Amino acid sequence: MATTSNSERISAPRVQIAVIGCNHRTAPLELRERVAFSPQQALQAADALRHRGILEEAVILSTCNRSELYGVPGETGVDTGAAMEEFFTSFHGVSAADLNGRMYRWAGADAVRHLFKVAAGLDSMMLGEAEILGQVRTAYTQALDHGATGPVLNRAFQGAIEVGKRVRAETEVGARPMSVALAGVKLAERVFGNLRGHSALVVGAGEVAEQVVEHLRHRGIGSVQVVNRSYERGAELARRMGGEAVPWDNLEAVLDAPDVLVASVGGTGAVLTRAMLERSMAGRSGRPIFLIDLGVPRNVDPDASALYNLYLYNIDDLGEIVEQNRKAREAEIPRAEAIIDEQLSKFESWRAALEAGSIVDDLRDRFREHRESLIREKFAAMPDVSPAERERIAHITEELIERVLEQPTKQIRRGGAMRGRLGAVDALRHLFGLDEEKD
Amino acid sequence: MAAHLTYLNLALYASSFLCYTRMFYAPHPWVGRLATLLLGSGIVAHYFALLERSRWSHTVPYDDLYGSMSLFAWLLGLTYLGLELLHRQRSVGAFVTLLLVAWLGLLPYAVPASVPAPPPARGPLFAFHVTLNTWAYAAFALSFVLSAIYIAQDRLLRSRRAGTAFWSFPALEVLDRMSRSSVYVGLAALGMGVVMGLIWQHRLRGTYSWSDPKVIVTLAIIAAYAAYLRLSRSAAWRGSRAAVLCVCNFVVVLFSYTFVNLYLTRFHRFF
Repeated sequence: MATTSNSERISAPRVQIAVIGCNHRTAPLELRERVAFSPQQALQAADALRHRGILEEAVILSTCNRSELYGVPGETGVDTGAAMEEFFTSFHGVSAADLNGRMYRWAGADAVRHLFKVAAGLDSMMLGEAEILGQVRTAYTQALDHGATGPVLNRAFQGAIEVGKRVRAETEVGARPMSVALAGVKLAERVFGNLRGHSALVVGAGEVAEQVVEHLRHRGIGSVQVVNRSYERGAELARRMGGEAVPWDNLEAVLDAPDVLVASVGGTGAVLTRAMLERSMAGRSGRPIFLIDLGVPRNVDPDASALYNLYLYNIDDLGEIVEQNRKAREAEIPRAEAIIDEQLSKFESWRAALEAGSIVDDLRDRFREHRESLIREKFAAMPDVSPAERERIAHITEELIERVLEQPTKQIRRGGAMRGRLGAVDALRHLFGLDEEKD
Repeated sequence: MAAHLTYLNLALYASSFLCYTRMFYAPHPWVGRLATLLLGSGIVAHYFALLERSRWSHTVPYDDLYGSMSLFAWLLGLTYLGLELLHRQRSVGAFVTLLLVAWLGLLPYAVPASVPAPPPARGPLFAFHVTLNTWAYAAFALSFVLSAIYIAQDRLLRSRRAGTAFWSFPALEVLDRMSRSSVYVGLAALGMGVVMGLIWQHRLRGTYSWSDPKVIVTLAIIAAYAAYLRLSRSAAWRGSRAAVLCVCNFVVVLFSYTFVNLYLTRFHRFF
């Protein structure tokens, strides 16, 4: 049998991912605003990084809390991290001194781990927030459609999206509300279930009340009424919310309609007394009502919480629940980290398989296995074939394998840029199912 | 064979319980579907266990206390599965399957599974009478579980303590709807069961024994649950008060199923 010569091995490409950037932990908002990328700028920057040979693949992730460049370094021998940072500062016209000590830089497995943590929401300002996964997906899809990605970033970002989904599905890192407004709405859902078809009344026009109504609208709440001392301001808020403004004098008249009541009147004390609410409950046929009192001082008489089927939460109650939820989310971090470790291990195995450069050997082994089993099977049915003839057939088939492998070997070598070579290697591994056995 | 099937359905219920519990703490759609699938498989295996036992003993499943209680558990699981599919709500599954596992796990210790002697033939009308009544008790047991969860959830909401379980429980309105659905099933089954029992008794004896304690308590149960359905829509009772009433009603059901059957009636004493 022929042996494999070292000259036939494909030279192993180095598969590295690098990331540089800054986020809410390292840079203040004023600086993050200056280094943010619009979607168009992100694609322009990815093109520039690739055309200058700094990166072969590039994805730019820019949100209100972070600006990051992810890439696969080219084979220029330059310090990629430094080159990426230089590009970052020059692209935004920010001096290096402004960013000094505010940028982070990761490479290799650390960079991939960072990406996975970002997608999982572990690196977010609000632990486990859901929006970041959509932002990672959008940044990746835009770069993919633009042709800025290749096999390495494709694999890394697909892995990150998988991590993000699994962390949210299998842990409680993102399960509980972390803002006062959302906590109020989620609590209302504990009473009514689906909020579709229910109605809400907003008393006052505070900012948090508007956030609450946004969450309610997002969950399909039916009608929204707004009562405000200044009718004009109430009407403006109602218009923004797609609701209806009601004069302040009619407050008590509309109290028996809503299922969710949000009170946010500034500096006036109890606007809704127990007696008023008691009368409204009598007109509601016992239907429960959920009150969110966001006022300081409180807008709803605390004694009203004793009324049957009335659930009252003030700003402190909601704040306490948010704090409990924050602790509960933090307790889930180890489980999320375990998912990240698992996905990182898969990525590293894939990377190692590419770097090993053993694709031709793997293919040769696969073909030999098939050849040997075929020869055994056919020779068993041909007892008249002499040992010399058998040896000759074996030799011919071995030569056939070498000729078949000659072309892919040349193609991979000829790939030139690492991106092209990796693409070819990845395609071959996929085509012949070589990764399946290794996973 | 029946014993093997019993172990199999117990194992399936236990696996389903584990999946529902996992769902309770970390919701995942596939775990939820698996929990439902395991429960459904457990119910199928349980059905064949009851069938096999009946064939082996040449009698109906409810002809001894063991079989009767096993039939009760099967109907409880079946009713819950129906409600789960109807209301698309799995978060109560952990409680119901725990009840099933505990019930079936303790059953051999509480009641020896001896083979009953073949009874005199009583006909299909009698079989429907007993099965429908057992089904009604199972549905009322389910409404009891749902109402108990309602009360717990209501207390948590009022105390403003949102623990882990709090976010996993179904909403109060969902619990209320499920409980009412379960009571509707129970009342329909009990009503039909009683009518069939009366017809059967009339054919057998030519009279109706209205003075039998079991009949009196059963009519009281029907009245109590009808009152629950009525009051749970009224302004004064809607919500946790109705849930408390539903829990109290089930105490009467338990009393009827145990004490009345065993000590107060001669006509309905079977074991």
